[in-house]
Amino acid sequence: MDLNTKYTPQSWPDHPENSTLEGKNKFVGFWLFLGGETVTFASLFATYLALKNKGPSGMEFTTQGLFELPLVFIMTMLLLTSSLTSVYAMYHMKNYNFKAMQAWLMVTVLLGAAFLGFEIYEFSHYVHLGFTFNQSAFSSAFFILVGTHGAHVLVGLGWIILLMVRNAKRGLNLYNAPKFYLASLYWHFIDVVWVFIFTVVYLMGVMG
Amino acid sequence: MSSIAQKKGFGATLWDYLTTVDHKKIAILYLITGGFFFIVGGIEAMLIRIQLAQPDNDFVSAGMFNQIITMHGTTMIFLAAMPLLLGFMNAVMPLQIGARDVAFPFLNSLGFWLFFFGGVFLNLSWFMGGAPDAGWTSYASLSLASPGHGIDFYALGLFISGFGTLIGGINFLVTIINMRAPGMTYMRMPLFTWTTFVASALILFAFPPLTVGIVFMIVDRMFGGNFFDHTMGGNTIIWEHLFWIFGHPEVYILILPAFGIFSEIFPTFARKRLFGYSAMVFATVLIGFLGFMVWAHHMFTVGMGPTANAIFAVATMAIAVPTGVKIFNWLLTMWGGSIVFTTPMLYAVGFIPSFVAGGVTGVMQAAAPLDYQLHDSYFIVAHFHYVIVGGVVLGLLAGLHFYWPLMFNTMLNEKLGKITFWLFFIGFHLTFFIQHFLGLLGMPRRVFTYVADQGWDSYNMISSIGAIFMAAGVIVLVVNIIMTIVKNEKVGRDPWGDGRTLEWALPQPVPFYNFKQTPLVRGLDTFWIEKQEGNKEGMTYAEPVGDIHMPNNSFVPVVISFGLFVASFGALYNGEKSWAVPVIILGLGITFASMIHRSLKDDHGYHVHKEDLLDDKGGKH
Ligand SMILES: [Cu+2]
Repeated sequence: MDLNTKYTPQSWPDHPENSTLEGKNKFVGFWLFLGGETVTFASLFATYLALKNKGPSGMEFTTQGLFELPLVFIMTMLLLTSSLTSVYAMYHMKNYNFKAMQAWLMVTVLLGAAFLGFEIYEFSHYVHLGFTFNQSAFSSAFFILVGTHGAHVLVGLGWIILLMVRNAKRGLNLYNAPKFYLASLYWHFIDVVWVFIFTVVYLMGVMG
Repeated sequence: MSSIAQKKGFGATLWDYLTTVDHKKIAILYLITGGFFFIVGGIEAMLIRIQLAQPDNDFVSAGMFNQIITMHGTTMIFLAAMPLLLGFMNAVMPLQIGARDVAFPFLNSLGFWLFFFGGVFLNLSWFMGGAPDAGWTSYASLSLASPGHGIDFYALGLFISGFGTLIGGINFLVTIINMRAPGMTYMRMPLFTWTTFVASALILFAFPPLTVGIVFMIVDRMFGGNFFDHTMGGNTIIWEHLFWIFGHPEVYILILPAFGIFSEIFPTFARKRLFGYSAMVFATVLIGFLGFMVWAHHMFTVGMGPTANAIFAVATMAIAVPTGVKIFNWLLTMWGGSIVFTTPMLYAVGFIPSFVAGGVTGVMQAAAPLDYQLHDSYFIVAHFHYVIVGGVVLGLLAGLHFYWPLMFNTMLNEKLGKITFWLFFIGFHLTFFIQHFLGLLGMPRRVFTYVADQGWDSYNMISSIGAIFMAAGVIVLVVNIIMTIVKNEKVGRDPWGDGRTLEWALPQPVPFYNFKQTPLVRGLDTFWIEKQEGNKEGMTYAEPVGDIHMPNNSFVPVVISFGLFVASFGALYNGEKSWAVPVIILGLGITFASMIHRSLKDDHGYHVHKEDLLDDKGGKH
């Protein structure tokens, strides 16, 4: 693969993410990896459901008392919007518009960082209330499930930022197009997992 | 390539192997490391049999016995059988499908080094205050109560090596999906490639639950979590579910590649194409699928209730059907063939009755009411050793003899090979057949000793004598390997004379780029077809000679894995030593920094040029 080939929006392939063998391999491999990630989160969800509201006798923490939907709703909106902006970024990537792609990725990163900020606030609020990681089986399961998701957000942010910085000067080519594509795929996956967390942990937690 | 390798000094060779991304060399690394751990696990097995040879024995203490059985099981499954199979997959599968390497050579190396450091970490427990002692299944109620750091070594070691296996699985899947040579359709893939494919898919979906369970165990033991502690609302059964959701597919991750090896050996030495190829493929996929539906048959006595037990019992029995299909297909492959009894073929023939016996006892235990009687007795020990030794280990030994010339261009001595087979085979049945009866007589598994005159004494002695035969067989094998390496007699291409699949069509030693020209596959058993048509080259080509793209070597996988190794020591002593947290940060820092380094630095590989390929030096560099 020749890095020095200069493309125009016309000569740029329709599917730059998998128009080389390396890109194809990354594409298939990453989908498979997400399959494994799905099983990971499924295991975490199952455990959370088994341990929800379970703690030492006399524990006063319950999902109803703990969770506040407005905060989580804002977080959900932030992350859903960031998924949409990453779609815009990929739209421009496919049209060989590097500047617009970088701009939308920047918006994605900012939204993701805002989400993470809210999550840190949420966690520290719970810890402040005495709902620490070590407090009960419920707290351990909650923090591991939601925290694993948060760690994924952090990794996703770091990944996208590194890609943006690394390629800022040289623009798009068939070597880095698959990398941008996979990072956005990862970001969508994180978003989908959050939709499940929002439903299973928060909505079902508050509604009963 | 080899002539250059011989001129290299020891240091250069070592560096070459530390940085290699060549699947053939990574295969050798797996073989050496897996072989080493196989010996370690075997020594542990011998210690178990010495302790149990007589009643009221005090050769080892009860606590030490627990450590030995735990490490025997853990080592054999995770550090011997799996890596040895991954080694054969690496050595053979890319050649079988006509690929120049695996899809992700860098990740292939990373997978190996993660496994390596995880395995070393686990075994360091022997020298650092005691090994894990809660059994290889490490049930939470036992493992949370275990004093010392043994269980911590278990959890952290398997955590690291598990990532390595997962990476390997994804890598093989992508390789098979994307990198088959032209004409190599799915239904022309050799059975070993098919079983690698299905086993890799099982790895992909089975290892995450194990990793999740291990994370729970790590946080419960080292970071104050409460997943399994019932006084804090936790539930110890969660571990059992997660472990067996992994653990049952793990059995198929081990046995399917062994099936694959046998499916290559039978047609080769019966000199007849595999009977019922498509039924074999279908059975492989079906076994892989059903393998995920049956995990709770390990938990019949937990108290899930009759409905759940019945469902899992029936699902388990269903697996016997595709497995039976395979057995009959192997038998019918031999039927009417002109059979040569080489060492690999001896193993293959010996495997059939041994594995069938293990399968039959498996169906017996699938009947939940009977399982209540057999549970945690020596009957279970006999059953799973019949499956694992009679299936997987015989497959590994068969594969070792069969693929040795492909990997090293020399041939293991046939006479010594047959001696190994007979010693091992007789020893195996002597050791384990009688354990069925020990179980029926009521001897529980995992006891460190027993009272005399319960009818168990002579049976245990016989079992221990059998173990000595097996050990003798392994010693002969080691002698054979050393002799073969010292003699170093090159055997060249297609040394068995009856190779059928693409890997045997390659010149020996296999060039580092595997195929000078990508082959065109014209049917099942492609090399056989070319030979029948008198094609001296052994291959039809799909392309003219051209530049070949190769990946660069890299030391980064070792550094990434080493970082996790360092961090594990920090986690192990968390809350106990003041340096624990800094060491965790240091280790993770090493890992992430090297990962970032890797992702920032472009690595486009290099090209072997057409002129160098044509001047007959084979593109040496
Ligand atoms: Cu099972």
